[in-house]
Amino acid sequence: MSNLIINRRRFLMGSAAAGSGLLLSGCDQFDFLGQRDNGVRNVIEQANVLTYKAQRALIGDQTLAREYSASEIRQGQKPNGSTEPSTPEYMFLRQQNFAPYKLKVTGMVDREIEFSLGELRNMPARSQITRHDCVEGWSCIAKWTGTPLGPVLDQAGVKPGARFCVYHCFDNIQRTLSGDIFYYESSDLIDAYHPQTILAYGLNDQVLPVANGAPVRLRIERALGYKQPKYLHTIQLVDDLTPFGLGKGGYWPDNGYDWYGGI
Amino acid sequence: MDDQSLPASRGPLIYRQSIWTRLTHWVWVLCLFFLLLSGLQIFNAHPALYIGQESGFEYDNAILRIGAVNTPDGPRGQTTLFGQTYDTTGMLEMSGSADNPTFTGFPGAVTIPSYRDLATGRVVHFFFAWLLVGTLFVWFLASLINGHIRRDLVPKGRDVTGLPRDVLDHVRFRFRHGRSYAPLQKLSYLVVFVVLFPLIILTGLTMSPGMDAAWPWLLDLFGGRQTARTIHFITMSLLVLFFVVHVIMVVLAGPINELRSMITGWYRASPGTAREAGDKL
Repeated sequence: MSNLIINRRRFLMGSAAAGSGLLLSGCDQFDFLGQRDNGVRNVIEQANVLTYKAQRALIGDQTLAREYSASEIRQGQKPNGSTEPSTPEYMFLRQQNFAPYKLKVTGMVDREIEFSLGELRNMPARSQITRHDCVEGWSCIAKWTGTPLGPVLDQAGVKPGARFCVYHCFDNIQRTLSGDIFYYESSDLIDAYHPQTILAYGLNDQVLPVANGAPVRLRIERALGYKQPKYLHTIQLVDDLTPFGLGKGGYWPDNGYDWYGGI
Repeated sequence: MDDQSLPASRGPLIYRQSIWTRLTHWVWVLCLFFLLLSGLQIFNAHPALYIGQESGFEYDNAILRIGAVNTPDGPRGQTTLFGQTYDTTGMLEMSGSADNPTFTGFPGAVTIPSYRDLATGRVVHFFFAWLLVGTLFVWFLASLINGHIRRDLVPKGRDVTGLPRDVLDHVRFRFRHGRSYAPLQKLSYLVVFVVLFPLIILTGLTMSPGMDAAWPWLLDLFGGRQTARTIHFITMSLLVLFFVVHVIMVVLAGPINELRSMITGWYRASPGTAREAGDKL
């Protein structure tokens, strides 16, 4: 019997050591995967393309994200990322209560047009109570009010070759020695024309606050928080994302995050 | 038969694991290892777990929260689980040397990469998630066709009647190596395939805002995205528990024989096991 106990203890300790050895090997042997230009990383990154294609095939282009009831708004919308842009251009607009603000639609369109905040507010409005999912893992439910992006794009007339919308923002999310890096994002035209994709100017029945992206923030409800660009000033229709930033289609995609952001 | 010619101390060498079982087994080892370590990296981006659709910032619906607090003696790692607060300095939130601690939920020793990098954690996690699901699909198809599921996994009457004796055998660390799995062994594999794998895949999908649009029933099934995230974490813990017990059982049952069967397919059964065509000496 005592023999058995010693054996058991030895076996248990041996297997615990084997198990922890496997875990400890995770220490830093795999840190090379963090290098953005590593060949292995570039291969496994293709799984994100697969996710994008699979979700596009599986999810109807018009399928809505879940909308919640008013009673499910239990707190304010948690601000994240830039919360107070400090560029002179934005500070001036903010001081003027965004009266001189114009939203521009440019690029591969029949006519480049712009909208004042008043014009956007006079267009057909849509309100939706949706869940904002941050890539960090948290969620927050809030009511967003704005005008759908699709009809705005139709007014400009999207040219047949256009494949993406690039969303340019006022906020200097990162300052470097070679100058400010401004937030930008992009989406395909399916997300741009989705019925819940709105140019939001209202949050929880109030004017959209600066911390949440005033005067206008885009909502793409079937994607993560970083696909909801705040402080939006220009929507540019393009057929290629490589000329912008580091070429990955957005500030966070340039920093290694997946472009699609649907998972 | 030539049973008599066998040495009494040795059972027959049987071909127990098909190439499909062996291949998919080792791919899963790889997948679960990378999924666990990249998953802990992702968890560290927001080391708290909630019950409900959303995360309470102005109210409290967290069941787990890992953070650091400042005390007169310097910062300490602190973990709150179901309202009970524990000092977890050295393990959770604060690890490394006392002079130069790092502040992450799970320490760098158990995350990929070892430093804070959510973007890379996600790249690794989603690649191996696809690989896991693809391999499961291959395994399921192959095991359905070659009879592995029907023959070795689906519990039969004798598994039910044999269960009490199998429990006693395990308590006494006495293992019989038969032609198929023992009742408890069957049960644990079934729990992994029928409960834990579907649960961890579906709760993972529930965290995708895209999938929530396609399959809104996911949100109802798990009681909200944040509850799904919590279940994902708990299921991960159960899979780690399975891994630990699984490895202990392999070691106790004879690691050489068990590993050989998962590498070559050939398994030495206990003495007295009836011989069948195809067995080797």
